[in-house]
Amino acid sequence: MDKSQGRTGVSGGEAALAPVVTKSGHRALDQNEPLIFEQGVPGRIGVDVAPAPKVASKLGAFARKAEVGLPCLSEPQVVRHFTRLSQKNYGIDSGLFPLGSCTMKHNPRLNEKMARLPGFADIHPLQPVKTVQGALELIDRLAHWLKALTGMPAVAMSPAAGAHGELCGMVAIWSAIAAKGETATRKRVLVPESAHGTNPATAALLGFHVDPIPAAADGRVDLAAFEKKLGPDVAAIMLTNPNTCGLFERDIRKIADLIHKAGGYFYCDGANYNAIAGRVRPADLGVDAMHINLHKTFSTPHGGGGPGSGPVVLSDLLAPYAPLPYVVHGKDGFRLVETKEGDAKPFGRLKAFNGQMGMFVRALAYMLSHGADGIRQASEDAVLNANYVQARLKDVMTPAFGGTCMHEALFDDTFLEGTGVSTLDFAKAMIDEGYHPMTMYFPLVVHGAMLVEPTESESKESLDTFIDTLRHLAGETKKPGAADFFHAAPRLAPRRRLDETRAARAPVLRWKPPAATKQAAE
Amino acid sequence: MRYLPHTENDRRQMLAAIGVPSVDALFADVPEAARLKDVVAGLSNTMTELEVEREMAAMAGKNRPAGSMASFVGCGAYRHHVPASVDYIIQRGEFLTSYTPYQPEIAQGTLQYLFEFQTQVALLTGMEVANASMYDAATACVEAVMMANRVTRRGKAILSGALHPHYRETVETHGRFSGFAVDALAPSPEGLKGLAEKIDATTSCVVVQYPNVFGRLEDFSALAAACQKAGALLICAVPEIVSMGAVTPPGEMGADIVVGEGQSIGNGLNFGGPYVGLFAAKEKYVRQMPGRLCGETVDAEGRRGWVLTLSTREQHIRREKATSNICTNSGLCALAFTVHLSLLGERGLKELAALNHAHAALLAEKLGKVKGVSLMTDAFFNEFAIRLPKDAAGVVDALVDKGVLAGVPGGRLWPGNADMANVLIVAATETNTTADMDRFAAALAEVI
Repeated sequence: MDKSQGRTGVSGGEAALAPVVTKSGHRALDQNEPLIFEQGVPGRIGVDVAPAPKVASKLGAFARKAEVGLPCLSEPQVVRHFTRLSQKNYGIDSGLFPLGSCTMKHNPRLNEKMARLPGFADIHPLQPVKTVQGALELIDRLAHWLKALTGMPAVAMSPAAGAHGELCGMVAIWSAIAAKGETATRKRVLVPESAHGTNPATAALLGFHVDPIPAAADGRVDLAAFEKKLGPDVAAIMLTNPNTCGLFERDIRKIADLIHKAGGYFYCDGANYNAIAGRVRPADLGVDAMHINLHKTFSTPHGGGGPGSGPVVLSDLLAPYAPLPYVVHGKDGFRLVETKEGDAKPFGRLKAFNGQMGMFVRALAYMLSHGADGIRQASEDAVLNANYVQARLKDVMTPAFGGTCMHEALFDDTFLEGTGVSTLDFAKAMIDEGYHPMTMYFPLVVHGAMLVEPTESESKESLDTFIDTLRHLAGETKKPGAADFFHAAPRLAPRRRLDETRAARAPVLRWKPPAATKQAAE
Repeated sequence: MRYLPHTENDRRQMLAAIGVPSVDALFADVPEAARLKDVVAGLSNTMTELEVEREMAAMAGKNRPAGSMASFVGCGAYRHHVPASVDYIIQRGEFLTSYTPYQPEIAQGTLQYLFEFQTQVALLTGMEVANASMYDAATACVEAVMMANRVTRRGKAILSGALHPHYRETVETHGRFSGFAVDALAPSPEGLKGLAEKIDATTSCVVVQYPNVFGRLEDFSALAAACQKAGALLICAVPEIVSMGAVTPPGEMGADIVVGEGQSIGNGLNFGGPYVGLFAAKEKYVRQMPGRLCGETVDAEGRRGWVLTLSTREQHIRREKATSNICTNSGLCALAFTVHLSLLGERGLKELAALNHAHAALLAEKLGKVKGVSLMTDAFFNEFAIRLPKDAAGVVDALVDKGVLAGVPGGRLWPGNADMANVLIVAATETNTTADMDRFAAALAEVI
């Protein structure tokens, strides 16, 4: 079968794309790099360590006898190893990264430079407070920005990531419920079916029963279904706004009023706050608690899966329960409050030390760079870009819902019906075209979902090229033989599709020396 | 604004393509009362790069970096030298600006280093498997307790009195809202004392620390055996992972789960975060583990590759039935750890650990000779506790003015505990010079 149709610019069709066999296993810039454990020679070293002074050992009976089993390499070998690994990775710096819900916006290098100032990077969390006044000032200043932008009176700074922030916000709600003596009765948390998985996981961690709310035909919370679920046993609603379909919940004020009237609280998942920062204040929507992913809205790097940072803004009702530690400003400068004092009723500590300081520095550098005016403009451009993508693709792909969207455009797989091409296949074909796939099969309320979030970082030219590529791919799905072609994608990435079933069936989670592997096999 | 590519002309053309008159129309679903008409008040407007640098440098300048003083502060965060190439590697855009590796075909770089990281953590701790990292040691400790609750179907954790108070408080906080019981012993350098007697049929785990918060090394093999006999798990927290280059790993003493703080390798102090939580366990418990796991497999052409695996434990698949709510972890800090440990290797890690130990032993000798100071720790790695004749917080404060960050006073970790007030916990690493130590000892003699 000729599978080369539509592959303009590739002479020789499939043959030109056949794997090239090289002696070394390398493929030009794509180097076949063994594990670090498969390299090295005993005795080599990549760090020169000064000789230890002669002194009697105090290790007692604890001196290590067994080898650790680490490989020994020199510095150039290690640098080359990790440089080669980096070349197998796609990042925002590499190209458009339309991963919906994840907000892959540009990560300014100024932020990195600021985080490395010794005054921030080289201070110990338990240094005397008088030696870290600038650090506490920075935390206080970032808190001020977060409170001003959201209109909320308080913020808990210590959560380490978005899900950790959710936990913080929900524990504050749990604490307020406990203070009213209602923990035994208020056991139900309402979570829309479209929610991030972290929402139900967090609620369950607190012993709440998760009760899903269905979505209406327009992709928003079904208000009637929500009203029916309200009752004296409802603790809270966890609602993302804009929601995971990329839509603003029009009835949000009504939802907030109703949950409050029922004696419950409104937890807002702030994962999509980047769509409205500077244009809408969550306080004006009736929110009681909302986490802010500094690694989404405020550009701190995702780093291949962290570290993140998830401060939580809190209403007056929840503020007294904010966790330890927190920063206060008094006549003697800034103080770090590490134990209960005054009228505060802190629910405890969520992690060691004082929060993700390195991320705070980066986020504040971003905020100062943009300013309040730039943050507003960034939100507007993010929404503009998503709508532009949706408008220019709606005749060849199928938007999941009608009308305009917020910062991300959601498509379903209706346009793939009858082609034999799945959402996964379509996304994998994007890899060969030089793009990171969009978020797939999420939210769960849309069949074969494709969630495209271009972010404000993309220029019009970049979006046009991306759109033209997707239009082309959508056209290709209609041609004979399309299913085979798409199913074989990606062809040009450092790896073809990986066998995930095999990985899960008999998990290999670490390297073992060849002898050990052989023994285990026998 | 330098981060925003659009010109006004771009915006006009795009609005026309969308078919709306203005960007306001795109915010039409926002309730009228909640639409901000203008820029948020009370905040500054856009700044040049140079202006931002000035603002930030002014704040940074109000701190006294540990490196500008003779610094001996530890207790779960240690000042080590990080080779220049570590920071170079983690700032490569392909690592820095990548996402969680859900698309393995274009994320083999991240996945391969996570596989190497998991292997390194397992080897260091003497355990069978490790995950791809947690937020920090304290949160890893909580996750370990909750995992023990799942494995044993019980709900009471017993915590050593020598567990870092921040780890203890984090576990206690989670216990309150998650509904498991926590029995924490009073602070004592003898961290194993009284633990075995506490184990009963409801105990899911016993949590010890090694080296403990007073720096003391303690053999918990007998306790691990007692746990096993009672159907409970032994969890060991390692606050200073460099110690593994010098001491018997907790896996050899029978730990079921080892958690740790990986900051010491590859990561700076950063005022407490971001750090990298380590989590290792016996292989039989792998399906109860929290967090990401990277596993080996092959691609469609049969070539070796890596993927995130056993995701059915995780929140994005399993939702309210997940083993944890964790999503983002500490990927880039784990990379820094992996690069630094690769540079060290077997030889470098052992040399580094030996140097740390020698410096601490030397410092203990010097401080032990100061009149009024008594050593509280017999066997230790690079940290030990001393008892002073007066409140340690005041002494630490006074020593700042003499250019010495003397360590962590008991009052900071156990506020209001009179028995701990005179205790000072002191750490030494390869970054301390003999001159630093002499200066510390001389200044201490003056202050007490």
